Amino acid sequence: MKNPGLIFLGAFLVNNIILMRFIGLCPFFGVSTTVETATGMGLAVIFVMTLAAWITFGIYHAVLLPLGLVFLRTAAFILTIASLVQFVEMFLKKSYRGLYNALGIYLPLITTNCAILAVTFLNIDNRYNFVNSTVFALGTGLGFTLVIITFAALRERLDQAPINPSLKGYPIAFVAASLVSLAFLGFSGLFGLS
Amino acid sequence: MNRWQIFTRGIISENPVLVIMIGLCPALATSGTVRDGFGMGLAATFVLFFSNVIISMIRKLVPAEIRIPVYILIISTFVTIVDYAMQAFQPDLYRVLGVFVPLIVVNCIILGRAEAFASKNSVLNAALDGLGMGIGFTLTLVVIGTIREILGNGTFLGYSVLGSSFKQYPVTFMILPPGAFLVIAVLKAMINKYVRKEI
Repeated sequence: MKNPGLIFLGAFLVNNIILMRFIGLCPFFGVSTTVETATGMGLAVIFVMTLAAWITFGIYHAVLLPLGLVFLRTAAFILTIASLVQFVEMFLKKSYRGLYNALGIYLPLITTNCAILAVTFLNIDNRYNFVNSTVFALGTGLGFTLVIITFAALRERLDQAPINPSLKGYPIAFVAASLVSLAFLGFSGLFGLS
Repeated sequence: MNRWQIFTRGIISENPVLVIMIGLCPALATSGTVRDGFGMGLAATFVLFFSNVIISMIRKLVPAEIRIPVYILIISTFVTIVDYAMQAFQPDLYRVLGVFVPLIVVNCIILGRAEAFASKNSVLNAALDGLGMGIGFTLTLVVIGTIREILGNGTFLGYSVLGSSFKQYPVTFMILPPGAFLVIAVLKAMINKYVRKEI
């Protein structure tokens, strides 16, 4: 599977990071309460995920691999992402005020978002080159955004629905996630992807 | 709070997955079978125990401003140990757990316990807390894994329990991603109803 188009579709729909791989569930349940916050979080994730894929690609192939330090990748990647998020936050605050006002509050949350770290590991495990890494990160970020916005729209309705008190909050959100996940199962096999 | 309470609260009253709702990603992703859930639980318990002990030991040496990066480095050291040890000794399990082994580093339970407990308490208490939380996490994964493996595959730890006719037509839904969401929804609803009645 080397075709960038297929990699994109696989990351976007078929192997959706939240519903099929179960990565990034904490922001998924935490931030998906209104469509507005879900959109902000989704855009911030797409942005940071693509940047992180580029930077970790460079670090892995230019530093860790030639020096034989591959065993340090977990520590190196998590520290890179944590400092990248800080740096992006400072840069946006200074240069792009509008973007900062829209995404600012979501950026600190992203450091602990396992989806970002997972994409950088998966890029290496799948031996993607630079183009494919970028496409994979973009597809994954878009898939994350699609699901989190869909789910936020669902949850806005759930808040008004009459439900059993012990199901209120998380349990009903999980049931809804289960049904959305079932719908996404329908994408498996699309274009021969599994 | 005595030592026994510190040890046991992670198992039921403050169970990280089912009560506090953190560490959800590995709890859902690696609980398709009992064996995978148990392996993931042990790996996380190892990291939780040792990172708690080390962070408690150095709690007076680390300046407050840089404590989070220091904690992350300590945690990632133990995650790397688990990563390589599992690749060497349990390659089959490693293949199934895949990217979730290095992802233990961003498991909110571990950083959460480091920040909320180990950085403020003695080494012995931090060790007990890490062990208790780890056991609570492992037990939750084993429970979810048991339900999903029995219903989805008709087996427990690979042994057939529901007979061959069930194995022919199992509830495949349960071992697929939607089943994981549904099992945890039911468990959380039961906890809300029977354990935390105030909700």
